[in-house]
Amino acid sequence: MFDADAIERIKAMRRDWEANELREFLARQPESRSEYRTGSGLPVERVYTPADIADTGFEEIGLPGRYPFTRGPYPTMYRGRLWTMRQIAGYGTGSDTNARFHYLIAQGQTGLSVDFDMPTLMGYDSDDPRAVGEVGREGVAVDTLDDVEALFAGIDLERISVSMTINPTAWILLAMYVALARSRGDDPNKLSGTCQTDILKEYIAQKEWIFPIRPSLRLVRDMIVYCAEHMARYNPINISGYHISEAGATPVQEVAFTIANAIAYVEEVTRAGVPVDRFAPRLAFYFIAQADFFEEVAKFRAARRIWAKLMKARFGAAQAESMRLRFHCQTAAATLTKAQPMNNIVRTALQALAAVLGGAQSLHTNGLDEAYAIPSELAMKIALRTQQIIADETRVTAVVDPLGGSYYVEALTSRIEAEVAAILRKVDALGGTVKAIEEGYFQREIADSAYAQARRKASGAEPVIGVNKFVEPPAPGAVEIHRVDPAVEARQIERLRATRASRDHARVAALLERLAREAADPAVNLIPVTIELVEARASMGEIVGRLRHVWGQYVETPVF
Amino acid sequence: MIAKVGLDGHDRGAKVVARCLRDAGMDVVYTGLHRTPEEVVAAAVQEDVDVLGVSLLSGAHMTLIPRIVALMRAADAGDMLLVVGGVIPDEDVPALCALGAADVILQDTPPEVVARRVRALVAARQPRR
Repeated sequence: MFDADAIERIKAMRRDWEANELREFLARQPESRSEYRTGSGLPVERVYTPADIADTGFEEIGLPGRYPFTRGPYPTMYRGRLWTMRQIAGYGTGSDTNARFHYLIAQGQTGLSVDFDMPTLMGYDSDDPRAVGEVGREGVAVDTLDDVEALFAGIDLERISVSMTINPTAWILLAMYVALARSRGDDPNKLSGTCQTDILKEYIAQKEWIFPIRPSLRLVRDMIVYCAEHMARYNPINISGYHISEAGATPVQEVAFTIANAIAYVEEVTRAGVPVDRFAPRLAFYFIAQADFFEEVAKFRAARRIWAKLMKARFGAAQAESMRLRFHCQTAAATLTKAQPMNNIVRTALQALAAVLGGAQSLHTNGLDEAYAIPSELAMKIALRTQQIIADETRVTAVVDPLGGSYYVEALTSRIEAEVAAILRKVDALGGTVKAIEEGYFQREIADSAYAQARRKASGAEPVIGVNKFVEPPAPGAVEIHRVDPAVEARQIERLRATRASRDHARVAALLERLAREAADPAVNLIPVTIELVEARASMGEIVGRLRHVWGQYVETPVF
Repeated sequence: MIAKVGLDGHDRGAKVVARCLRDAGMDVVYTGLHRTPEEVVAAAVQEDVDVLGVSLLSGAHMTLIPRIVALMRAADAGDMLLVVGGVIPDEDVPALCALGAADVILQDTPPEVVARRVRALVAARQPRR
């Protein structure tokens, strides 16, 4: 952007400043730390100038909506359309969560996001002994299509987009969603929304798994291929860094590991013979917004540039839509503290601002009671209002990528890109993502980063207000917390039994046999048979249980 | 022994605590994820551990901890100390202690404090037979 002479003049000016103003000032007033680093541990300079981005051509920064998409996936960004305000919700039975959805829509929320309970996420029916104590607790309980019908009662699926946070059992929920839409006469090509589906990050970070890696990847492939053919506006996967970060990874690791997983999915689907431009436009991403404000903005910008270059160079994508990274963002739950919980509102607001300045397509802001329980209605409302204040009062939405051109943010964006590239080369050298998971590479790296951060917090090197700095005596009853209805388990089991009693058992049994046959042949797409199964009111536990017999279970070798 | 019970996959805290205790000079066994109370207690008895630390962030502690306590009693492991950690509402702490938990270590507790509290519990216990 600057010619060589200009850069030389700037460097000379800086040397002069260091020898005069800076030296004199430091002699009078030393800085508070001997070195400054980002959340990822990258070194941070005192001040940045054009000399720090001398190697970055303007083509690398570019314009929004154009390759390499550093500045955003769309030309007008929030001037054309705000990000989707998508607060996740889920507890109790389908109708309990349905009531929360209607409340959130009435408060101005523009998309829905479903959290499922642990048995649903892990493929156990509500009456399974392993489900005891967990039914409807951390999310909504779904056993059969009847529960999904209750969950979306009175909600127009052709008009509101729905995101479903579910992974090892994602294909069953997708099948239920399609079955529900069909029964209402909706057009699957008009359904918009996202299924998380990202199983690889489960082995790495979130740790919700059922089957071994290879058949699990096949299910992901089946979903991507099915959606490419039948659901033009649906994102079959949300490739997620959020959980990788929450498990302890640094922001650089978050992006690198997420892109490594994305590479594995693209390879899996192209191996099945689907051209990259047929499905890549519907691949969606999900990142966290952490506490280091500028590093987060740079991280989102770097992620877009890395993905664009990778899709073009490595996978030969030809369409711009295949190279354009779109992402959902959530503020960082693990930064929220139990001590002085109102401070969490402020943390979340700052993280949300980083997400917006980084160009997120949708956003969830965490509740102030995150460190206590799943959010109360009041906590969710404040979190939503936080987004609305950013959107309507701060005017940050008026300019696309307003931090673009900041010497610091541009230098950091390029630095993160280089750091991520180095990790991706390492993964390739290990034999690819799946091999690296099997060898525990990502898991070990994350455990090390988590441990290092715990030590920094313990020593006070990483201040946490209210926890290791400005500590106050605990205030009991500081927040009103969400309590789970103790009768929910019994109510849900009652529903499941009623569904089982009224269905055609011979049909369910025959379909389960067909599922097992088709599962044994990796060439078959399992979505059609799963849609028939859920329409026949097969339960999630039955479908998963049958496949466990075919594929076996994943067993982790834990590292700490 | 550090254990994860139930379907809860949040293992960041359990692993950090396991490593801190190991660094503090203790022998630490980590069970891995998604264990049933039966599996955890059987493993703890087999390893003859001094302290069993159970981490729960799923909210299922009031269901799973009583089960673990009952299994410990049935296995005659009454002198094994049970410590609970994770996301536990303050109101549930007295109930967990009444059930038989020797300590409940809540979120944001620094690693050194965890190690100190575990040591203090073991030191205060009657000498083992």
